[in-house]
Amino acid sequence: MLKSLKSYDDLVAMRTLCEEKLKLDKVKVYICMTGCRALGAEEVYGEFKRQLDEQNLKDKVEIIETGCQGLCARAPVITIDPPGVFYGRVTVDIVPEIISSTVVNDQVINKLCYVEAGKRIPYLKDIPFYSKQKKVVLRNCGIIDPNNIEQYIARKGYESIAKALFSFTPEDIINEVKDSGLRGRGGAGFPTGTKWEFCRKAKGDTKYIICNADEGDPGAFMDRAVLEGDPHAVIEGMLVAAFAIGSGKGFIYVRAEYPIAINHLERAIAQARQLNLLGDNILGSGFNFDLEIKKGAGAFVCGEETALIASIEGKRGMPRPRPPFPANSGLWGKPTNINNVETLANIPIIILNGSESYKQYGTKNGTGTKIFALAGKVKNTGLVEVPMGTTLREIIFDIGGGIPGRRQFKAAQMGGPSGGCVPAEHLDLPIDYETVKEVGAIMGSGGLIVMDSDTSMVEIAKYFMGFCHDESCGKCVPCRIGTKRMLETLTKINGGNGLKDDIEDLKEMAYVTQTASLCGLGQTAPNPVLSTIRYFMNEYEELIK
Amino acid sequence: MSKLNVDIKPVRDIISKFGDGQDSNLIAILQQSQDAYGYLPKTALKEISRLTDIPLTRIFGVVTFYSQFALIPRGKHAIKVCSGTACHVKGADDVKQKMKDILNVGEGETTPDYQFTLETVACIGTCFLAPVMMIDERYFGKLTADKASDIVQKYSEKTQE
Repeated sequence: MLKSLKSYDDLVAMRTLCEEKLKLDKVKVYICMTGCRALGAEEVYGEFKRQLDEQNLKDKVEIIETGCQGLCARAPVITIDPPGVFYGRVTVDIVPEIISSTVVNDQVINKLCYVEAGKRIPYLKDIPFYSKQKKVVLRNCGIIDPNNIEQYIARKGYESIAKALFSFTPEDIINEVKDSGLRGRGGAGFPTGTKWEFCRKAKGDTKYIICNADEGDPGAFMDRAVLEGDPHAVIEGMLVAAFAIGSGKGFIYVRAEYPIAINHLERAIAQARQLNLLGDNILGSGFNFDLEIKKGAGAFVCGEETALIASIEGKRGMPRPRPPFPANSGLWGKPTNINNVETLANIPIIILNGSESYKQYGTKNGTGTKIFALAGKVKNTGLVEVPMGTTLREIIFDIGGGIPGRRQFKAAQMGGPSGGCVPAEHLDLPIDYETVKEVGAIMGSGGLIVMDSDTSMVEIAKYFMGFCHDESCGKCVPCRIGTKRMLETLTKINGGNGLKDDIEDLKEMAYVTQTASLCGLGQTAPNPVLSTIRYFMNEYEELIK
Repeated sequence: MSKLNVDIKPVRDIISKFGDGQDSNLIAILQQSQDAYGYLPKTALKEISRLTDIPLTRIFGVVTFYSQFALIPRGKHAIKVCSGTACHVKGADDVKQKMKDILNVGEGETTPDYQFTLETVACIGTCFLAPVMMIDERYFGKLTADKASDIVQKYSEKTQE
């Protein structure tokens, strides 16, 4: 049972105890128990436990159930430290050998090691996939047990909210976040500090904070990984936001398709409440804030903020025109601030180390780091965090290990159904919000799907249009009809029945849907079509002639 | 499936848990009711309307808006084949076709013995192991049509035991 923390001193005392626990002289076996479950991580974990029990090694070895360790392509993965080796494709059968060789004797088992260019790389720190990343938001992900608040606190967890409560005013916090240059990581890239300021200045005593965890873009799993691997960072980010804005109540709107994320969040909230880090008079400061989880019911459009608000209110999740913006009139008509999961997970580090330190990474228009979900036809699929301004080539080839087999890179799809396909000619473009937009894609939430020479770009455009057509809520005509007609035309072209005029028709329909739709879904739905027409016109022409 | 067979006690228990603010908890009430019944029977929806004072039309509007809700009985296990972008470029269609073939149902349909309902989802955030599927709340990755078929086979054997 955790003891309630009544003051800042209590938190510091608890941190000292937690740090000592972590420093105990034990070999640590970190097992990913989130994404890797899809390939049998639970069985591997069970076998480790059984073996350690049988061999009486529990005093010398500690198993830590972690969130995503990043290199998902090698799932199920484990890290053993010391000696700091990283193993992939671990099976139940090999667990006894891992214990006798690596855990007890520091010996490396070659066949489980990561291989690049024919070379075996046993130690995690030497693997380019890891050494070329910069983990700021993911600093705890894959390292701590997300279901154990003590491990979060040992790594300076909840120090930011304590600092905010006892050393800063809400205005100081807003200025610090503004200075950091942090922009919304959910896709639109709006400056976070400015958004908070709007809500702080809005009239009204009751204000709400919402964490948008309705990660619905096909190809995106950054938010899932953060929620599963470091839920307390999101909760702490919400606490700081609530203090800055003057809010006493928050909601996390999370997809029902993410059962592990929901489970970890529920446990994290319960632990934070036990420690009095959520609830009334937090750390004896007089500040009150509590949180509730709202589960989505399977509607992509609910990622749009006004639709999300309607859904929390128990209605059909359909967007409404803005203004009024949620900062003035949001949930139940009260001032409401909505931030994405990754945005909120950035907050503790900004407050802890200050905005100057935060800005050491990134570009002028995009400070800090960005998490990308690397998937598709790339060797090292997984979770990648790099400074803004990193090039696609570095992400896909240096970190991602390039394209498997003998095929060629063709395009990177960024930003999901709202984004576009970036061709090989732009591989050396430093990625930030503006540069990506210039080449016809969007940063989006960070989904990055690599496509090789086998992928038909017309088929991909049709695929995304099919998605937007399915997910259009039907409220406004341009989106409802526009996506349907574009889908029909794309299906016709893809089936070899296209006519010469179809391309011009597509462009015109795209223009109308972009300019006349009510919300982001319709406004961005034509992007995949326009970007494939822009860069892969030859593929359309080949199908039409 | 006669309407008379639907027990409305679970719905009453669920609603009583929420106390105030039933209006904004409508989606959660519906989710829990669906967990209890496997789908949303008409009788249960009417009872929700009666107890919460939310018009049945609005409840029906919400139920039909969100893809999670079902108005007809579903199978014991929900098989959700992912059709996200990464899965799409890595052969999700083959997996989907295989599921249709072995279960002999179309998308959104349920097997006659009410063991399986086949669904597709836009993305389950497991793109790094594409193609993937979920059975109930369990994820399965790096599938081929045959691997997926083996997994479902194991579920059917378990149910028959």
